[in-house]
Amino acid sequence: MNRLVDRRLSGKNRSAVNRQRFLRRFKAQIRKAASDVVSGRKVTDLERGEKISIPSKDLSEPIFHHGPGGRRNIVLPGNRDFVTGDRVDRPEGGGGAGSGGGPADESMDDFVFELSKEEFMDYFFQDLALPDLVKKQLAAVPEVKKARAGFVSQGNPSNLHVVRSMKQAIGRRLAMAAGPRDALREAEEKLAELEANGLGASTEADELREEIASFKARLAAVPFIDTWDLRYANRVDQPTPSSQAVMFCLMDVSGSMDEDRKNIAKRFFMLLYLFLTKSYERIDVVFIRHHTVAKEVDEEDFFSSRESGGTVVSSALELMHDIIRERYPSANWNIYAAQASDGDNWQDDSPRCRELLLQSILPLTQYFAYVEIEAEEPQSLWHEYERVKAASPRFAMQRILTLEDIYPVFRELFRKKVA
Amino acid sequence: MEPEMESDIAPIPPVASRQPLSEGSEWGFELLDRYDREIARVAAHYGLDTYPSQIEIITSEQMIDAYSSVGMPVGYHHWSYGKQFLATQKGYKRGQMGLAYEIVINSSPCIAYLMEENTMTMQALVIAHAAYGHNSFFKGNYLFRTWTDAEGILDYLVFARNYIADCEQRHGEEAVEELLDSCHALMNLGVDRYKRPTRLSMAKEQLRQTEREAYLQSQVNDLWRTLPTRQAAGQEKLAARFPSEPQENLLYFIEKNAPRLEPWQREIVRIVRKIAQYFYPQRQTQVMNEGWATFWHYTLLNHLYEEGKLTDGFMMEFLQSHTNVVYQPPYNSRHYNGINPYALGFAMFTDLRRICEHPTEEDHRWFPELAGSDWVKSLDFAMRNFKDESFIAQYLSPKLIRDFKLFTMVDDDTEEKLEVTAIHDDAGYRAVRQQLAEQYNLGNREPNIQVYEVDVFGNRSLSLRHYMHDRRPLGESTPEMLRHVARLWGYTVRIDSVDQDGVSHMTAVSEV
Repeated sequence: MNRLVDRRLSGKNRSAVNRQRFLRRFKAQIRKAASDVVSGRKVTDLERGEKISIPSKDLSEPIFHHGPGGRRNIVLPGNRDFVTGDRVDRPEGGGGAGSGGGPADESMDDFVFELSKEEFMDYFFQDLALPDLVKKQLAAVPEVKKARAGFVSQGNPSNLHVVRSMKQAIGRRLAMAAGPRDALREAEEKLAELEANGLGASTEADELREEIASFKARLAAVPFIDTWDLRYANRVDQPTPSSQAVMFCLMDVSGSMDEDRKNIAKRFFMLLYLFLTKSYERIDVVFIRHHTVAKEVDEEDFFSSRESGGTVVSSALELMHDIIRERYPSANWNIYAAQASDGDNWQDDSPRCRELLLQSILPLTQYFAYVEIEAEEPQSLWHEYERVKAASPRFAMQRILTLEDIYPVFRELFRKKVA
Repeated sequence: MEPEMESDIAPIPPVASRQPLSEGSEWGFELLDRYDREIARVAAHYGLDTYPSQIEIITSEQMIDAYSSVGMPVGYHHWSYGKQFLATQKGYKRGQMGLAYEIVINSSPCIAYLMEENTMTMQALVIAHAAYGHNSFFKGNYLFRTWTDAEGILDYLVFARNYIADCEQRHGEEAVEELLDSCHALMNLGVDRYKRPTRLSMAKEQLRQTEREAYLQSQVNDLWRTLPTRQAAGQEKLAARFPSEPQENLLYFIEKNAPRLEPWQREIVRIVRKIAQYFYPQRQTQVMNEGWATFWHYTLLNHLYEEGKLTDGFMMEFLQSHTNVVYQPPYNSRHYNGINPYALGFAMFTDLRRICEHPTEEDHRWFPELAGSDWVKSLDFAMRNFKDESFIAQYLSPKLIRDFKLFTMVDDDTEEKLEVTAIHDDAGYRAVRQQLAEQYNLGNREPNIQVYEVDVFGNRSLSLRHYMHDRRPLGESTPEMLRHVARLWGYTVRIDSVDQDGVSHMTAVSEV
């Protein structure tokens, strides 16, 4: 009559679609929340899931309901000392007595839910794509690498797989010998029986001996190894996308770059890094800091050290160029660069920077992004870079004022290019 | 038929006769089956009439899934279910709330979910509660018999899901989502309160759907074809009044008459309306339904215990859970969240049985026909023929009012203070009972909004009327709600709040 059904194994993600619908519908709010997160949190925290909170009223599902006012009768349980005719003050905020009403008066708290790391990142980078990435991947002759793909029966001798071939031979021998061997055993048993009965000289025994001899001959004729037994390791070409990138972080650490500015720069680098991790298997990061001279440093030094003195931006660009030549040939590496500065530079150096970029660096890089942080007035470097920007589509520049600007700037820099 | 069972608290039978079905808390499929058979036997003994049940074992994750689609086993996709899912999942992960032990679906076969994490005791409780308690209520109660078709609902939900998925393909997810948003907002106004419904059936729906699309559109066109020619413009306005009487079912009215909806949009309005109608009885019988199911899991398991089929440990765990379910915090408690339907319903059915079996002098005065009657029959009658409002009005006894210490207050915005109007004393019983019944009248709880008039000869605007009750105004959601109505109607929509004397207190308009 009643049926028991075990449903535990039948799909558990029935709500997945609805969840996606929810996320899509509130994309704008969630994206904003994601943006708030970046500006308000520590760098190392970034790459994990996120708790997103949206004001409840934004996602309410309205119904017609009664508002406050008018005359209401309320029945309540748990009377302690009221008697008929008592008059009491209204409770604060309409709680208690009011809650007998409809489901409409729910709390106005934020609606909080968890985004997984992947979802969080997706919101972050939605609509973004690396410039020219697709071009590079499609146009470049793909590198291939040999990959194992099981075994085949034909191949060249150097790929001969001995163990496999012998296994195959054993199997074939067993199969081919099975019939004669059974017959042989039967005949031998019969013969032994005849001989035991003293009939070893009969014609029947002779016939058996003949048979036995022929079976033995057949067994001996089963080849130990045959050409069909041979197995070769199969290797196929797998195209490997050029899946490595190097990211250069260039930062001015002269006296005018204070802690706040560095923080902004840090987040900018971090975002770029995260974005690259989505597209490349392997990413090298090179940190170059500079004041009047440039130096390659590790991450900690990069963000913590502070030098006084002037600024020569070209020193960093030169160093970057050297490093590319030495360690990151552009045929094998996708090269990205992000430069952060407060715009300060020696007047005479700026034209040199432009030349360096246009002639040496930009031809090698996928993209070069420059951000100017909290600069008051655009100075010579900005003006020179504007000329670079006009000359090269691979160059982008932005000014950042506060933490909240980072995310929009980032999107601006890497907006999907219409093909 | 006089059952042998006695009293609320079961006496412990002699140890020798006890042969428990199982010890320990582990459950297994064979064991579940044995429990189910035993419970079925006892349920039959009390004459519970049920649909066949399908008891499904699911994981907690699947339970969250089931939760988020308002218990519909098959649902169309909508973001609001995703929101529900996220909220439930969060609450569950943080341990802020346990999941309900059970969800039961009013269908035939009646589907009841058991969570695999539950102990044997809880599984038995849920089987008794859902597969016998709720199940017999679904089968017996007049509202469910009238309004829902247990045989057809699963098919209909499948039809609805496929139809809506198909519309998403053809017209885009966003268009469908907008439409569903507006329909969901008006769901409570999409039920017939007085008319009898037709039965749901997928076969019929599909057969007629194409015809209906064409037919509906032609109806609408007919209505709007009578649009003014120059001569007609002179007609008297009163004569042209449409609809001729106010209409309570706003979604139905929109489905049939909205001038600008496409056929597929009308079909979706219809789907939402049908589903609203399907859930309408549940909204009207919460106290009874839960009370009935709770009464029966309590009675059935106690019966088994008396027969020696359940261990003491089982009963301890069962009673602890049962007691939590039927707890009613007082109004001034931090945990107070309205009157607990399980507590009130369970108390009322238990009290009914008491009145039948051990009536007091007071009961004879209040319930002359009930006192001393066969309790099984009396309860069955009560279950079949009432909804919360009438059930309370009929059966809430003075003893229960005393037990719950119920009292009524009036909150009048023209008065500075709240007034206590009745408490649990001789003078107050009837008033308390009356007010409590009113509180469960959906007609009072939700604003009474009706379709009043369509300006057929003018700008096609739709006028709604809110008939005020006790001067209660509409809430702050009204402008947004009007936008939803206007989206469906396609032209300007206005609403007037009028009091008993026809005086308008508030008007809101949403232009298109």
